Amino acid sequence: MLAHPDLTTLIFGRLTLDQLPLHEPIVVGTFIVVALGALALLGAVTYFRLWGYLWREWFTSIDHKKIGVMYIILALVMLLRGFSDAIMMRAQQAISFGHSTGYLPPFHYDQIFTAHGVIMIFFVAMPFVTGLMNFVMPLQIGARDVAFPFLNNFSLWMTISGAVLVMISLFVGEFARTGWLAYPPLSDIVASPDAGVDYYIWALQIAGVGTLLSGVNLLTTIIKMRAPGMTLMRMPIFSWTALCTNVLIVAAFPVLTAALALLALDRYAGTNFFTTMLGGNAMMYVNLIWIWGHPEVYILVLPAFGVFSEVTATFCRKRLFGYASMVYATVVITVLSYLVWLHHFFTMGSGASVNSFFGITTMIISIPTGAKIFNWLFTMYRGRIHFEVPMMWTVAFMITFVIGGMTGVMLAIPPADFSLHNSLFLIAHFHNVIIGGVLFGMFAGVNYWFPKAFGFRLDPFWGKCAFWFWVIGFYFAFMPLYVLGFMGVTRRLSHFDNPDLQKWFVIAAFGAFLILLGILSMLMQFYVSFRDREKLRDVTGDPWDARTLEWSTSSPPPKYNFAFTPLINDNDAWWQMKQHRYQRPSQGYLPIHMPKNTGAGIIMAGFATVFGFAMIWYMWPLAIIAFVALLTTAIAHTFNYERDYYIPVDEVARVEAARTELLASHV
Amino acid sequence: MSEHADTQHGHDDDHDHDGVGAIHATLKGYMTGFGLAAILTFIPFWLVMSGAFAKTGPADALILLLAGIQIVVHMVYFLHMSTKSEGGWNMLAFVFTVVLVVITLSGSIWIMYHLNDNMMPWTMQDARNQP
Repeated sequence: MLAHPDLTTLIFGRLTLDQLPLHEPIVVGTFIVVALGALALLGAVTYFRLWGYLWREWFTSIDHKKIGVMYIILALVMLLRGFSDAIMMRAQQAISFGHSTGYLPPFHYDQIFTAHGVIMIFFVAMPFVTGLMNFVMPLQIGARDVAFPFLNNFSLWMTISGAVLVMISLFVGEFARTGWLAYPPLSDIVASPDAGVDYYIWALQIAGVGTLLSGVNLLTTIIKMRAPGMTLMRMPIFSWTALCTNVLIVAAFPVLTAALALLALDRYAGTNFFTTMLGGNAMMYVNLIWIWGHPEVYILVLPAFGVFSEVTATFCRKRLFGYASMVYATVVITVLSYLVWLHHFFTMGSGASVNSFFGITTMIISIPTGAKIFNWLFTMYRGRIHFEVPMMWTVAFMITFVIGGMTGVMLAIPPADFSLHNSLFLIAHFHNVIIGGVLFGMFAGVNYWFPKAFGFRLDPFWGKCAFWFWVIGFYFAFMPLYVLGFMGVTRRLSHFDNPDLQKWFVIAAFGAFLILLGILSMLMQFYVSFRDREKLRDVTGDPWDARTLEWSTSSPPPKYNFAFTPLINDNDAWWQMKQHRYQRPSQGYLPIHMPKNTGAGIIMAGFATVFGFAMIWYMWPLAIIAFVALLTTAIAHTFNYERDYYIPVDEVARVEAARTELLASHV
Repeated sequence: MSEHADTQHGHDDDHDHDGVGAIHATLKGYMTGFGLAAILTFIPFWLVMSGAFAKTGPADALILLLAGIQIVVHMVYFLHMSTKSEGGWNMLAFVFTVVLVVITLSGSIWIMYHLNDNMMPWTMQDARNQP
């Protein structure tokens, strides 16, 4: 390319112009659309002079509420990407029969199913869950922020950094073609010499730092920063599930980091941990990745259970049935989730004794989950149910999740698993629990807490449209996969010979189309709600007549959340305060100690992105520079002594007086 | 952050202070810890270098045992953990961690042993006697 090929290699590593997928019309088309969209967005931000505002108020913000919102925006953006992958796969499978090979070559198709899985788990479900916990949990326990506010901002940007690397892989080089867990030997350097698996490794490692740190952060917050009187057994269920989820994150994510680090060593340094030579054992990777992978499932679903608990109690106007049993069920699931990982590889050959142990532990885990379902049902029983959008998602969840749970118990029977594993039955099962459990839960949560975050409710009409399209679309998309799984169709195929199967794939593709309408309805819902925000305004701070502490502040809450740290006397703290005709104090304010915004997090994550990109393409000098810059910024940040400030009494008094006036004018 | 200082340096003889207190790290505690850590490092080193054991099996077991003790020494003398520190949360977290580590290690060894046993080339005789 240049006169000094060695210098070029030193600087650009193995990145050459050939790596740009100019010969792939689909990718080029996508790139043009994305580039135009990005230009329009950047242009609009520049035109409306929003850069300063965004930088000061959002990007450098260490307010847990704003960070939570940004996590959820990341999740929604990545949901669009992950869903594009999904609908491309559905379309391919619906038409690729007999002589027709569809429109996606296998090389491309394999990247799509890998990217779909990675994005949906790591960059949709995880940011959704983390974002919701970030926003809600400190408000629920009466705290003013999380324990380590700067770390929170840094965690967010490291997660975004990982997402950025995955997005770059779309246009520079390629993504992994290994499936979402990148099992060796397929993912080792011999079988996958290109940069795809390296994108996978570095995206997950960088995002993993963010996830782990935010786990430590939120865990410390719950243990250390609860309002006086809020004993653990008075903590709202959502905060309990957040506690257990963060315990799981702290305990499980290091295993993923270690497994991926060993895989990276195999690929970069020529070690033989997971190769088929020199004593390496690829099965050890599968074992390690599922020691992380199974707790990960509960990391995602426990907060969703928490959302449903809050939503059910609120919209049935009843105290949650069986609070203590709900807590114990959550804790039991937390511990049991570490005892079941082998059920992901029954067929690898551990034999009957090992398989039966893990089969039985798996079935046991359905007991506490079942107990939760009954608790929600008994909460609804004789409750005054208000079918607002969050409650609708909850009911849909209960039906869908029970189906998914039962197919899960089927898969937990080792002999049955031998015929069902790696089939579309498995695909249907885990979409059944992840969409029906996690995603429905997050949608319920977004509809429920949106007024708290922005001060106006989401439009119910478009919310109901989204609900019906999603739920019906889900059943159309995944019930056929159960049927196909029973027929023995395996996952990840881009072409089929048997024409009898086609009708089922067409039904599934129709389901995916309905889900598309559901997603569009959601976007419409956000737009319409923003347009009609005055009509949907929530002036009380408590639009649902809810029960927990976050509804006692204004919507949106002031920066400091609570002018006075609340005193807790009951499980449903806010409900009890309302029953006792609680009066907000109107004087005696004190200055409030708050953390200051800082740009260190986004800068460090920027260097981490460069470092990851350089490592992927073997640009060693750049990697070293970026890593040193990252460390230098981190060390320099420790010398930043201006980290906090006090909100003066006048300002607190002014904000609170404005709220008093607002409340008085709307009674 | 400041409450992290609520820790102790000793074993059981020193938790008579009142919950939230200053750090109780003393030079004596650190030196004891350092001495123990050094000894516990020296023994494995000597075991390997001198070839004191003819077979590696017992030596491996002894080194692992010493490594376990080393971890406890670090936790007690350097991290100032005890059953009472942080209102018992440290102990709870420690027990939980131990449980998970034991599950992970023993489970992995069990699984990998059986995998190895089953997936190696075998005869019909082996097939009938599989675990």
